[in-house]
Amino acid sequence: MPSLKDLKNRINSVKSTQKITKAMQMVAAAKLRRAQDAAESARPYAERMEKVLAGLGAAYEGRPDAPALLAGTGKDDVHLLVVATGERGLAGGFNSSIARMARDHAHKLIAQGKTVKILTVGKKGADILKRGLAKNITEQISLRDVKQLGYVTAQEIGNKVLAMYQAGEFDVATLFYSRFQSVISQVPTAQQLIPAKFDKAEGDVEAKVGSAIYEYEPDEEAILEDLLPRNVSVQIFRALLENNASFFGAQMSAMDNATRNAGEMITKLQLSYNRQRQAQITKELIEIISGAEAL
Amino acid sequence: MAEGVKIEIVSPEVLILSAEARSVIVPGAEGYLTVLGPHAPLLTVLKPGFVTVTDTTGTVTSYFVGGGFADISDAGLTILAEEARPASEFGRAEIEARIAKAQEVLSAAEGIDEKAVAQQQLDIWKNLLLESASLSTVH
Repeated sequence: MPSLKDLKNRINSVKSTQKITKAMQMVAAAKLRRAQDAAESARPYAERMEKVLAGLGAAYEGRPDAPALLAGTGKDDVHLLVVATGERGLAGGFNSSIARMARDHAHKLIAQGKTVKILTVGKKGADILKRGLAKNITEQISLRDVKQLGYVTAQEIGNKVLAMYQAGEFDVATLFYSRFQSVISQVPTAQQLIPAKFDKAEGDVEAKVGSAIYEYEPDEEAILEDLLPRNVSVQIFRALLENNASFFGAQMSAMDNATRNAGEMITKLQLSYNRQRQAQITKELIEIISGAEAL
Repeated sequence: MAEGVKIEIVSPEVLILSAEARSVIVPGAEGYLTVLGPHAPLLTVLKPGFVTVTDTTGTVTSYFVGGGFADISDAGLTILAEEARPASEFGRAEIEARIAKAQEVLSAAEGIDEKAVAQQQLDIWKNLLLESASLSTVH
């Protein structure tokens, strides 16, 4: 049985933990708002881009002269997994669920006899994937020094991926990130980056508009060649923003849970503290009374 | 209804402008083009340059765009630019910095293809310097 002093100490320590988690929750909530705004304002660009590309891409589907970024290298041997996670922990299952998805995918590909290369964005994903897949990680990108997530950051990553592709270092690239659905639900998502894949349903609608009467300047092929690399960066940018929002969402709900748990713990500890204090007083009273009676 | 064109300038980070304009001058890959009222659907790549928007009251504003593409359709003109901001924020000094950078790229470039691309970039920025000078004298 812990002594009264021990209990008091524990209550105090849990109380200060609760203060910290509470503060973290509020910080995450504020940052989530900003991240959400950023993700939202990036949406029109990505959507437009996708529409135009879906229209153009549909026209080129199956044609032998389609650009390599659209048609692929014709092989399926080397896979690049771009795994975007957070830079920090304390966000519940956020990092591990993305990493787990990427790991499952990697193991599946390895079992099929394919070569897997991993490029991690964010420290936490690298930490998790190092266990078991250390030799597959070809590059790690840290976003720790990036204060404000800008398009430039995504462009750097995009250019890196494109350079690798042009050097023939991989055939298929897949991007792993967490899609932001709501504060309590973030969905780990795998998206194929190269060769570019478009939503069929959307493509059909746009294909009509896209191929119908559009004039192209300089011409379709040049535009497609200009847009496809750009699309890679845009997709990465979108993924990073979604990830960012997801991260703060996950952190917020994790910290909310932690605060609540700390609260419960304090109640329990307080209860046993009070009980023990009462028991001690009763014991002292009995001692005094029985002492007085003995006289 | 007055003949106008709905213009939107979107960068990856934010929607920069969404307005009704009388005419818009766009830096297309094959030269500047002016978009008035109902324009035939057109998709064009942009080179770095200035988008000049004359709004319905006749006020002229310029925006700098650092490449991208423009989509002209019935819905209006949408400029998707990787980098876009009001031209007033984009001064001579910045263009000179880009020229210096392009020069560096050019001197580091190897092979004919790379050199050609770098040279092209350099020329674009040098032209832009001239354009921005004339722009500031006009306004």
